[in-house]
Amino acid sequence: MIAWLGPVGDVLSSSTMYESMLRFAIVLAFAAVGEWVAERAGTLNISIEAMLIGGAFTGGVVYSATGNTMLGLITGALGGGIVASVQATLSHYLVTDQFVVGLTLNLLVLGLALFLDDHVPLATRVASTWEIPLLSEVPLVGRALFGQPWPMYLIVPLVPLAWWLVFRTRWGLEVRSSGENPQAADVSGIHVNLRRRQAIVFAGLCSGLGGAVLVLGQISVTRWEAGHVGLKGIIAIAAVIFGGWTLRGSIVGCLLFGYFFALQQTLPVLGYRINSQLASALPYVVALAVTAVFAARTRQPRALAQPFVRGLT
Amino acid sequence: MTDPVVLDTDDAPIPPPPIDAAPSQGRAHHGRRDLMVVVGLYVVCILVALVASAVLIAVTGGPWRSVLSALIDGSLRRPGRWGQTLTETAPLLIVALGAIIASRSGLVNIGQEGQVLVGAAATAFVATRGSGPVVLVLALVVGVVVGGLWSGLAAVLKYARKVPEVITTLLLVFVASQVTGYMLTRQFLLLDSDPNRPNRTQTSAQLDPETRLPFIQMFGNKFPITVVIALVLAVALSFVMGRTVWGLKLRMVGQNARTAQRAGVSAVLVGSLALAIGGGLAGLAGGLMLTGGLANYRYTSGFSSSVGWEGLLVALVARNRPLVAIPIALIFGGLRTGSGFLAATGVGREIVDVVRALLVLALLVPPAVMFLRDRRRASASAGKGVS
Repeated sequence: MIAWLGPVGDVLSSSTMYESMLRFAIVLAFAAVGEWVAERAGTLNISIEAMLIGGAFTGGVVYSATGNTMLGLITGALGGGIVASVQATLSHYLVTDQFVVGLTLNLLVLGLALFLDDHVPLATRVASTWEIPLLSEVPLVGRALFGQPWPMYLIVPLVPLAWWLVFRTRWGLEVRSSGENPQAADVSGIHVNLRRRQAIVFAGLCSGLGGAVLVLGQISVTRWEAGHVGLKGIIAIAAVIFGGWTLRGSIVGCLLFGYFFALQQTLPVLGYRINSQLASALPYVVALAVTAVFAARTRQPRALAQPFVRGLT
Repeated sequence: MTDPVVLDTDDAPIPPPPIDAAPSQGRAHHGRRDLMVVVGLYVVCILVALVASAVLIAVTGGPWRSVLSALIDGSLRRPGRWGQTLTETAPLLIVALGAIIASRSGLVNIGQEGQVLVGAAATAFVATRGSGPVVLVLALVVGVVVGGLWSGLAAVLKYARKVPEVITTLLLVFVASQVTGYMLTRQFLLLDSDPNRPNRTQTSAQLDPETRLPFIQMFGNKFPITVVIALVLAVALSFVMGRTVWGLKLRMVGQNARTAQRAGVSAVLVGSLALAIGGGLAGLAGGLMLTGGLANYRYTSGFSSSVGWEGLLVALVARNRPLVAIPIALIFGGLRTGSGFLAATGVGREIVDVVRALLVLALLVPPAVMFLRDRRRASASAGKGVS
């Protein structure tokens, strides 16, 4: 029907494309939601990558040991939370540079996962899918929206929850004021660094859950590999920048980057010969281009990436 | 005690230096007891990191003693090994110097890995197309320029489009590894056109013997002159940053860009230059690794073997002081060569990454604790004055 459009038409009319796009986007969205909260509190949290890896690893280990998906997801979230509490303590209790801590944590957790990889059984099995009758039969997008492994759907309550926390609770107000004007927040009695630490731990829990979902929900993955995370955390940060530090925009950003990750996987399946190296660089190039266009137009939290020490402006 | 208000007088507490600057410079007022506390803290933190690593090895069933002796064998004890350690140290040090320049100007360039890769690939591109010392120098210069342009891209994105350089430099690492990987699949770019090349291996042609860096022989060890270049660069950078107007401008921008702007120093110009020079040095490190024979004079996939990341960690541990970076780079270089001997002990090489990262985290703690202590004292004495 739209095949005459050539490759573009093929991609648009391929239902696997939509499925895989949503799957990438959802994993990105777990990380992006957490990162968004952390950034609203004033931390440009690059260890979100380490939190994803940590969640994927602990979730994967527990799942292979017990075969219980629920337990895998919970420990995955906790794994991300542990990484996050290290980041939070070092960067917002002892006031060390947040990027230094983040980068080192990224390398540490990746190294740990690769080292322990040989010593623990990590056969991943896929969580059962939820196929909603009738709706999953809808052509093109039916299976993408209504036939995913069930942990994927955890993103549906998580996004409104994060929004409610940040915009409708006292905690959220304090988090946002810590990210906008920490001096003023401090004077009005808010414990700025505590709020920032809590925001980072929230990011770790979300991101760790995302890592566990990545491991438990990917159909194509037969064996756990640390490489599967492959800078997805950093792409999630790019999605938050793309979204102009709004939740809605960040989710749109995740869909966009998910599209390009899926494109790189789907084009060879559809029979198009593309250079695999250039294709896998595509999402990252797109992330660079997109942030270049959008970062200057939006307003970032005013104290983003600035440490807060009382009396030191 | 007639005048309790001390806040606005000269003996008000000295404000501490900014957190990202080398804090030891503002520590002149510390006494001997504080020094002991600092040393004690460092010892405790390093011990914690090492014990944690040993426990990790023991828990996974490895013999931690033999891991330690394998590391020492591989880096020092066996014949010819310390020359190898020096060979590995030089690029780490050069990368670290680049990182130091960028972070002294207040920028966070964490994309050295990518800059090393593009620098090495560009050097290989030129150096495999000719022979002789002229080609060698030209190739290295091209490597520097390409590395500088690669990180300059992040500077453009930062200053023209306000994209945080932390993100762009990181994303560019991945793009660099894919682009250089692509170059290795095409004969008109880098792929060796020799018909005798084993099939399916992606490697560039070997450099002509005339296009290689000379070696220094010493006590049965040999290392390329890269080592000398790296040392000279470290001393030169230390001098430039500490004793020249350029260094002053760099630090001004790093400590307070707005004040620097008022004093007539362009933050955009200095910052962009610092990023580009940092990338150029990373590119130089890549070029020197290639021409110094670290991968048998061939550019292959996975060529940099995380020299970029490790060099960056050297800079972080050295807290942006070029001369301190020399011994740190030596330790990290020793870990690199030592990890080659781990296979015999049955413990995965990745343990070295873990140990290294744990050490870096441990070394972050003492200065931060001292800084907090200073703050508490300052605010306590200020509070006493006001009340």
